[in-house]
Amino acid sequence: MPPERAWRSGRGGAHMRLRGLVRKEFLQILRDPSSIAIAFVMPVVLLLLFGYGVSMDARHVPLAMVVEQPDADTAGLVGAFGNTEYFHPIAMPDMRSAERAMLAGRVSGIVHLRADFSRRLHSAGGAPIQLILNGVDANYARLIQGYVQGVWGAWLTQRARLQGARLPLAVDLQPRVWFNGNFRSRDYLVPGLIVVIMTLIGALLTALVMAREWERGTMEALLVTPVRMREILIGKLIPYFVLGMGGMALSVAMAVWLFQVPLRGSLWVLTLSSALFLGAALGMGLLISITARNQFVAGLLAIITTFLPAFILSGFIFDIGSMPTVVQWITRLMAARYFVAILQTSFLAGDVWPVLLPNALALMGMAVIFLGLSRRRARKRLE
Amino acid sequence: MTAARRILALTIKEFLALMKDRFSRVVVVVPPLLQTLAFGYAASFDLNHVPFAVYDEDGGAGARELVARFAAAPAFQQRAVIHRHADIRPLIDNRKVLMVLHIGPQFGRRLALGEPAPLQIVIDGRNSNTAAIALNYARSIVTGFNRQWAADRGRGGPPAFVEARAWFNPNLESRWFFVPGIIGLLTLVVTMMVTALSVAREREQGTFDQLLVTPMRPAEILVGKALPGLIIGVLEGAVITLIAVYWFQVPLLGSLTALFVGLCLFLLSAIGIGLMISSLSVTLQQALLGAFLFLVPAVILSGFATPIANMPEAVQLLTYANPLRYFVVVLRGVFLQGAPFGLLVGQFWPMAVIGLVTLTAAGWLFRRRMH
Amino acid sequence: MIVAAAAPAPASGTDLVLRLSGVDKRFGKPPHVVQALHGVDLEVRRGRVTGLIGPDGAGKTTLMRIASGLLTPERGAVQALGFDAARQSLQVQSRVGYMPQRFGLYEDLSVQENLDLYADLQGVAPTARAPRYRELMHMTGLASFTRRLAGRLSGGMKQKLGLACTLVHPPELLLLDEPTVGVDPVSRRELWQIVYRLVREQSMTVLLSTAYLDEAERCAEVILLHEGRVLGHGAPGDFSQPLTGRSFRVTAPDIGKRALQARLGTKPGVVDAVIQGEHVRVVLDAGTAQHPNALPRDLPGATIKPVPPRFEDAFVTMIRGDRPGRPVEVPAMTGAANTDGTVIQVRHLDRRFGDFYAVRDLSFDVRRGEVFGLLGANGAGKSTTFRMLCGLLPASGGRLSVAGVDLRTASATARARIGYMSQKFSLYGNLSVHQNLRFFASAYGLTGRSHRQRIDAALTGFELEGYRDTESQTLPLGYKQRLALACALLHQPDILFLDEPTSGVDPLARREFWARIGALAEGGVTVLVTTHFMEEAEYCDRMAIMAAGRILALGTPEQIKARARGAAKPEPGEETTMEDAFIALIEAAKRQETQTDAA
Repeated sequence: MPPERAWRSGRGGAHMRLRGLVRKEFLQILRDPSSIAIAFVMPVVLLLLFGYGVSMDARHVPLAMVVEQPDADTAGLVGAFGNTEYFHPIAMPDMRSAERAMLAGRVSGIVHLRADFSRRLHSAGGAPIQLILNGVDANYARLIQGYVQGVWGAWLTQRARLQGARLPLAVDLQPRVWFNGNFRSRDYLVPGLIVVIMTLIGALLTALVMAREWERGTMEALLVTPVRMREILIGKLIPYFVLGMGGMALSVAMAVWLFQVPLRGSLWVLTLSSALFLGAALGMGLLISITARNQFVAGLLAIITTFLPAFILSGFIFDIGSMPTVVQWITRLMAARYFVAILQTSFLAGDVWPVLLPNALALMGMAVIFLGLSRRRARKRLE
Repeated sequence: MTAARRILALTIKEFLALMKDRFSRVVVVVPPLLQTLAFGYAASFDLNHVPFAVYDEDGGAGARELVARFAAAPAFQQRAVIHRHADIRPLIDNRKVLMVLHIGPQFGRRLALGEPAPLQIVIDGRNSNTAAIALNYARSIVTGFNRQWAADRGRGGPPAFVEARAWFNPNLESRWFFVPGIIGLLTLVVTMMVTALSVAREREQGTFDQLLVTPMRPAEILVGKALPGLIIGVLEGAVITLIAVYWFQVPLLGSLTALFVGLCLFLLSAIGIGLMISSLSVTLQQALLGAFLFLVPAVILSGFATPIANMPEAVQLLTYANPLRYFVVVLRGVFLQGAPFGLLVGQFWPMAVIGLVTLTAAGWLFRRRMH
Repeated sequence: MIVAAAAPAPASGTDLVLRLSGVDKRFGKPPHVVQALHGVDLEVRRGRVTGLIGPDGAGKTTLMRIASGLLTPERGAVQALGFDAARQSLQVQSRVGYMPQRFGLYEDLSVQENLDLYADLQGVAPTARAPRYRELMHMTGLASFTRRLAGRLSGGMKQKLGLACTLVHPPELLLLDEPTVGVDPVSRRELWQIVYRLVREQSMTVLLSTAYLDEAERCAEVILLHEGRVLGHGAPGDFSQPLTGRSFRVTAPDIGKRALQARLGTKPGVVDAVIQGEHVRVVLDAGTAQHPNALPRDLPGATIKPVPPRFEDAFVTMIRGDRPGRPVEVPAMTGAANTDGTVIQVRHLDRRFGDFYAVRDLSFDVRRGEVFGLLGANGAGKSTTFRMLCGLLPASGGRLSVAGVDLRTASATARARIGYMSQKFSLYGNLSVHQNLRFFASAYGLTGRSHRQRIDAALTGFELEGYRDTESQTLPLGYKQRLALACALLHQPDILFLDEPTSGVDPLARREFWARIGALAEGGVTVLVTTHFMEEAEYCDRMAIMAAGRILALGTPEQIKARARGAAKPEPGEETTMEDAFIALIEAAKRQETQTDAA
């Protein structure tokens, strides 16, 4: 019996096998640039596209202004609309043309001041500022309504000051917006986009790797060596983990330096939670890959389970707290949900442990479950 | 005639190949329908039960009435009452509440004097969109309170007030906006799954060569490959439409003809892109990557969730190449606005052009790309 | 009579390396259960080469996988190197070397990187590596290619690298699953030399499965496996011994060899008839063999001569159970016109990929009704030529025409005249046999009654009725091949393109296949076929031997053998086989190359 036998079955052997597998995977990644493209080119392109492209902030909303009888009072109000960057007022002669413009999508709302506006301004009941909105995009309509209310408030204050009168309001609402005083939607969208992109990368990198080895017949050759399944899986995870962390670092750098999103939390917390998230994302890809054993089905599964759920159910855009309870339970199955919470807090609020800790624990739990299931389902047998 | 038979044979074969495999049959049918339900509920900007806390330093009747109005609104839910200023920060930081109503000690006195009494609302701006919406809700509650207060005391209110009214969606229900869009989203994903991997898979298995040496013309292969995606897409689109109308109660005002013409044109353009990706790819991995690289921007830059008008010019130009952009307009137009056929032609022809170009390119690539 | 050659005397415990007793293995769930192994008992002894021989679907690969602990049997015990392969698979796997069918190489890694990976996985001590690598690279002749990507190696080199990787830590038991499939004869010879050196110098035990029956004779012991059962176990000679006096060679210069074979094959008393050079080799049943001269009486000018039996005779006899081969039914060919003339014309054909010439300056003609073979190792340029002829790949230079047109630009109707069968029997795997046939019939434009009739004819003619509703991916390989051929013939083409039609298919299925092709050619169909089985060249009317994208020799099999005899030292008394001819031609070409390099 060869003298090295004892050594081969010991810890050193496991170490050597793992090192061999990791090196092999890295070399394969280097040879096939598509993995590198997934990890590094995709985040750059998508972040650029979305960081600049996706925004909830309406600016210069075209608004039709129909003033039936222009005078000094209406001029003041119309001027107030012109003074904010939110609106781009367009004067229209009558309601008919304004309505046509709105149906055609040329304006997003109509401000209508009736002929008796100035008269009623001084009456007890007050004068109505009629606002007609296109309700198809309800959110956009709400946003415009809010902006109009803002303009109206500013106009009232201005008017009261000019007349030396008190503001005729019982309660004056004074909002204090923490973390993002200017309502820059990019500041919360960019961290969310990073999550969506990392979910895709995690799934794409690993969903096909095991299926590919089965289809190319190399898995059989690996399995007859003294290697353990555990080592094969870890050997797959390490390189893609490194690649994923690289992509993550790139995304964070772009967020901070290109999009000027403040990073108030500490870097090590971000790194650690990213690692946990990647563990869960790669684990899920691996599980898909092991379950499918066939690249076609693995591909279908990867498409259906990652992108849209991460986009809609993660809390990235839509508020989870407002969803029905059943759907809220479904969101608990998304690793992306926890990572969105962590990233938004970490970027905008800082190291708030009561938020970070439970979410990080959930991520860890998901990583353990996915990797554990992968380990269970991957048999060192051919059946 | 023989061409039609050949196409029919290929279509049947594609269906059999897809539907005989238990796994792919399930994947193509079940998740999209489940996702329709989940997303239909999830995709909404309407806020419910937004948690808030009250820090009332005044305690007078006016303050209590104002707080009661907040507590009664379905959008809000009172979670805590605090007595120290220092308690605000942990509540917001830890996301226990989204906002804190802070009523100062002078509130009741100023109210009685007729001076504007300040109501401070501290709100978590981490999700600035949610914060803005919640503030809008708060603002309308305060406005209502002010009017009531003035009316009760016979005092003059503000000289003017905003009287808003919305067309097509009087209650501004966010769900009416998103559910029609989901039809576009999910049919896009399904057709991409069916088409983007189909040619790449035949290439890997070697059957595509077999197909090319038969007397079938590339155009026939193209049609045969496109039909299953079209049929599956139309069927699923129809089912999701039914769910939208009968489950989510979204009004369907326009003509079904316009809806289905739009759906078919949209599916054709999506199939064209899917087949193009498929015939450009040598391996399944490349086809999968291509499908993702198209799907992700197509969804995000479609106007489904965020208005195209908010995007910078350059990105807006990009969206013109995105068929989903047009279909989302068609869907919302037909559902909510009852848009007649004629008004939607401007959305139909760009989809037809995209479909024509991509399908032609795919057919051309069938013969070129093979080494 | 079944020759159940008695197993050799029971070996002592230490001498036994592998022992299976009562092993059953099933796949699938009811009602689609396939019983791969049926109560298999066998023993493999130390320091020998044992061959595992059997037709396709016999269970060879399953047996290999069970022996290496990759599969667990439902019933029975497997002892490998003193361990229970089912429960102590890790111990077994650190002591055996196993090379799976596709060699298990990472094609995107270099030769050295593949070696390093397997050295790491096998736990070879770093200090031991350098000498081990040197030894392996010297042995396999890969020393000057260590930096090349495995995917860029030729088939033979891949196979040797696969072997080197399994040997990186010297195993006690070496399992090779069809190591010589898809590899050219030169490489096959070299592989056998390596295997014997290992057995001789390191007293390694080798279990090797193969579909090449001539390789069985190189084994010390042979286990014959059929339908999951062991039919026999013994030295190769033990198998052929009982057939002494039943093997003959028939020569009839006046009748074409294919016609002669067809007529002999259907005679009562003939168990097997195959073309061998200019002759037809027959195996007769015991009764007929008493009076061999009576056999060719009705064949003008025929002579019959006894020859020593070989393993293949025994194999065919045992598997067929002494039943004579049934005449193969070929669906009637009506489409082929009877005019003579050139059907395929190739002139100075080139195909470049980058700056690499896959095919260079190729010229040949194929006449109507001819079986024309393109022979060569993997990577010789056969498939590239083939794809250009079918119009699947544009040529970089030169001219080609098939039935007067270039199929790449030809109309759809011109394509309706050709039938095509690709390398991997490209069928739609999850469609049933009938659904595949129906699809291809429609794709070729058959309609109505002829649609139904042709499909029925194909189902009966190719004996596929029993599998009518079976998914084609679960068919045994031989049946897949039949179905692929049936699909290619549905529309009665005049020209048939066959790319490696017999790769991986067992000898019985190959016989049947060639009988069909022969009958088709007799009916006027032109056949162009690529193969790397040199023995199959005997079935061709004319052929071209290709290497490195060029034609080395072009002509009838006899002409090529004659040329080779001129090139190599003729060995008196022994008949030159096509394999010898091929090796001689390759070596001559290499010599010429080195001479020109030197000059």
